[in-house]
Amino acid sequence: MTSQSTTLRTPKVSRRKVLAGGAALGTGLALGFHVPALAKAPEGFRPMAKAAGTEVNAWVVVGTDETVTIRIARTEMGQGTLTGLAQLVAEELNCDWKKVRTEYPTPGQNLARKRVWHDFSTGGSRGIRGSQDYVRKGGAMAREMLIQAAATQWKVPVAECKAVGGAVVHEASKRKLTYGKLAVAASKLEPPKDVKLKDPKDWTIAGKPLKRLDTTDKLTGKQLYGVDIKLPGMLNAAIKDAPVIGTPVKSYDESKVLSMPGVKKVVKVNATTVAVVAETWWQAKKALDALPVVYEDTPNAKVTSADIAARLREGLDAKEAFVGNKNGDALAAIAGAAKKVEAIYATPFLHHACMEPMNATALVTANKCEVWSPTQNGEGSLAAASEASGLPLDKCEVYKMPPGGGFGRRGRQDYVTQAVTIAKQMPGTPIKLIWSREEDMMHGYNRPITQCKLTAGLDAQGNLVGFHARISGPSIVAYQNPSVLQGGGDIRMFQGFWADPGEAQIGYTIPNLLVEHAQRATHVPVGPWRGVNTNQNAVYLECFMDEVAKAAGKDPLAFRRALMGNHPKHLGVLNAVAEKAGWGKPLPAGVHRGIAQHMGYGSYSAAVAEVSVDNRGRVKVHRMVLGVDCGVAVNPDQIAAQVEGSVALGLGAAMYQELTVKDGKVVETNFDTYEIMRLAAFPRVETVVVQSGGFWGGVGEPTICVAAPSVLNAIHAAIGRPVRSLPLKNVDLRSA
Amino acid sequence: MAKLNVNGKPLDVKVDDDTPLLWVLREQLGMTGTKYGCGVAQCGACSVHLNGEVQRSCAIPVGSLQATNKIVTIEGLSRDGSHPVQKAWATVDVPQCGYCQSGQIMAAAALLKKTPKPTDTDIDAAMTNICRCGTYQRIRAAVHLAAKGGGKSGASTAQKKA
Repeated sequence: MTSQSTTLRTPKVSRRKVLAGGAALGTGLALGFHVPALAKAPEGFRPMAKAAGTEVNAWVVVGTDETVTIRIARTEMGQGTLTGLAQLVAEELNCDWKKVRTEYPTPGQNLARKRVWHDFSTGGSRGIRGSQDYVRKGGAMAREMLIQAAATQWKVPVAECKAVGGAVVHEASKRKLTYGKLAVAASKLEPPKDVKLKDPKDWTIAGKPLKRLDTTDKLTGKQLYGVDIKLPGMLNAAIKDAPVIGTPVKSYDESKVLSMPGVKKVVKVNATTVAVVAETWWQAKKALDALPVVYEDTPNAKVTSADIAARLREGLDAKEAFVGNKNGDALAAIAGAAKKVEAIYATPFLHHACMEPMNATALVTANKCEVWSPTQNGEGSLAAASEASGLPLDKCEVYKMPPGGGFGRRGRQDYVTQAVTIAKQMPGTPIKLIWSREEDMMHGYNRPITQCKLTAGLDAQGNLVGFHARISGPSIVAYQNPSVLQGGGDIRMFQGFWADPGEAQIGYTIPNLLVEHAQRATHVPVGPWRGVNTNQNAVYLECFMDEVAKAAGKDPLAFRRALMGNHPKHLGVLNAVAEKAGWGKPLPAGVHRGIAQHMGYGSYSAAVAEVSVDNRGRVKVHRMVLGVDCGVAVNPDQIAAQVEGSVALGLGAAMYQELTVKDGKVVETNFDTYEIMRLAAFPRVETVVVQSGGFWGGVGEPTICVAAPSVLNAIHAAIGRPVRSLPLKNVDLRSA
Repeated sequence: MAKLNVNGKPLDVKVDDDTPLLWVLREQLGMTGTKYGCGVAQCGACSVHLNGEVQRSCAIPVGSLQATNKIVTIEGLSRDGSHPVQKAWATVDVPQCGYCQSGQIMAAAALLKKTPKPTDTDIDAAMTNICRCGTYQRIRAAVHLAAKGGGKSGASTAQKKA
């Protein structure tokens, strides 16, 4: 997603009325501190944009107490985008960082103001790269308006005034006015038509490793998440979708549970789903567990993981496949090569397992639908609320709650639709729906299971002359949004294999190359899982590259470098991690290195892992060096945090996780069987932020994909054979 | 009916005996800082102190408790976020989404009470709560910092980035 219109226009009339939602907003005369709406836990709160102060433009509200409230449209779910976006606005605004607050405008406000805050959707690592242009312009325009207001008051030329640290100064006359004193006058000015943005080399707020703005309440338990909502008269709902995915409910016997303590109602939510509403969630869950539900018979009930694997395996050699990247004649080159290398890799379904289970709270009346939604896409929640309630969009409102983890899962609106559907049957009563962990595990939108057959041809000198990769498995786009398939195929299956530069390009120049996908759907829902297809593609490409390098008798790093001359940014990050990690230097006995690089989300990533495998086949990852070139770095410390998180998610998945299917049901229903990496297994992680400049790449997702292959390649080095299927817990790693 | 002592306050709660302490804290007592993550004592998001020991409140039926059992939740760890662990967490900028952090902080506070100068091995053994965002490196650093008495609120984020 790129930025849309680059000019912000603030409607002159009625904006405060719209914004205030009826609350007394005031202007520069408004008093008191802005108490963040989420800092307390008042009953019936509705977090929406209503900072005390004067709205200079849609992004910037200045209070008489000199606080600057910056509006954030994207969702903060841990990835640091809220702080980063605020830094970008504050940088252009030239305000005092210590006075900066943030707030979310609501999706309803965005709709009413003709999407003045643009896109709310937070996925694809777009939070900063997709909005940096217009949020920086928002900050710069507000600054120019504040300068203009001062110049007008002083009757001096604008050019003689400048904005410094939250005030406008006129040096010649030694005069100074703070933003708080200028905001009312500034807000009445026409926004400048165009503004010049700062060069990142001149930044003093952006580009710095500033602390996050949203930490304090996360240390005291005061931060309110969706699960913590409490509204007057609220009831709680527990929900159960069919354990055999996609199976309609035949009947249920509500008489068995209606007399249980606290139970108010049993609701059929959709064809496959029932819910119990009770005074407390615990009562609702107890009753739901006791509710007898009978399901229809469907063919899905016969599906097991072995069936799915066989179906994918068939796709590896099937005649038809969708071509994602092609140059030369790979098949002929491989057929005529001096040496051929072939391997089949496999990666499993993976679940997001956000720490906060899916939930939403809804209040539906005859002419209003309100939803409290922990979502990565507030506007998506608004659309879902409208559809489920049957009310037009302008009769609906969504209050975004900070998600306890998203990782792609909270781009879906299934839980919002459910909450509104239940609440609609109990008009006027707020309903908080919380999924149990088991429900969450069994009804996710999982990372697609895929297999990949890779074939390479080497000439007599060990040069790579042909490369063929055939991926087989379900496509997320085909499952969720088939109307955008291009030529019948899903180009996102090839992330990191693309020919086109800029987003997810392959970093190697290979004279004959063919990359294809055979779509093989299953009944298990699939969706984006942080990093999406870069994760499995990097395992396939990068682990296979080590196999090919070994067959060519070459060092894995040297073999890669020789193919990367046309890809200086890919190579730059690879070299940076190799140097930092000391590639080629001696290691303690029993410790081995592995290396990997890949591209996704507009950024270039690489990693080196140091690993040992003991004689019982147990893996210990000692140290990892990960590098990312995201072009421009907005907060290096938060980039490091995302890199550290990448290891927990990417390596944790590679070590322990798979979602398997038996009799049509998900087998792993809680953390006892779906193991998550814990602190003791977490290696020492060092981050290298490469800032080659000139472009804005993503940060949240790009480095996950190199975590697993670098470790797998180190294991290959340790035990002398490649690991071709994940998770590692299923693989015997004892040395032969 | 259960008789509890939470954050120093004696409380009578009208609730079925099999209700987990976690849900009593959250629903009857309105203390939502303690989080539901798994319900089977695996993730630690619901960690509280029970007589000074860290416990997973999702697996404690409220009927098994007596008024003499002293329960401390994240809301009772300090009045204003000034516990050394909270200050260290702020200095190191530990949280990402933050959902697990109440539990992590309660686990760390219990560890430091028992083992004021923990080694990495002690931290490995004690800090078993799940963090899906992957803040483990910072948790480790913050536990060490808290043990040294560091962690001033407002201190710079001087992160060691090797």
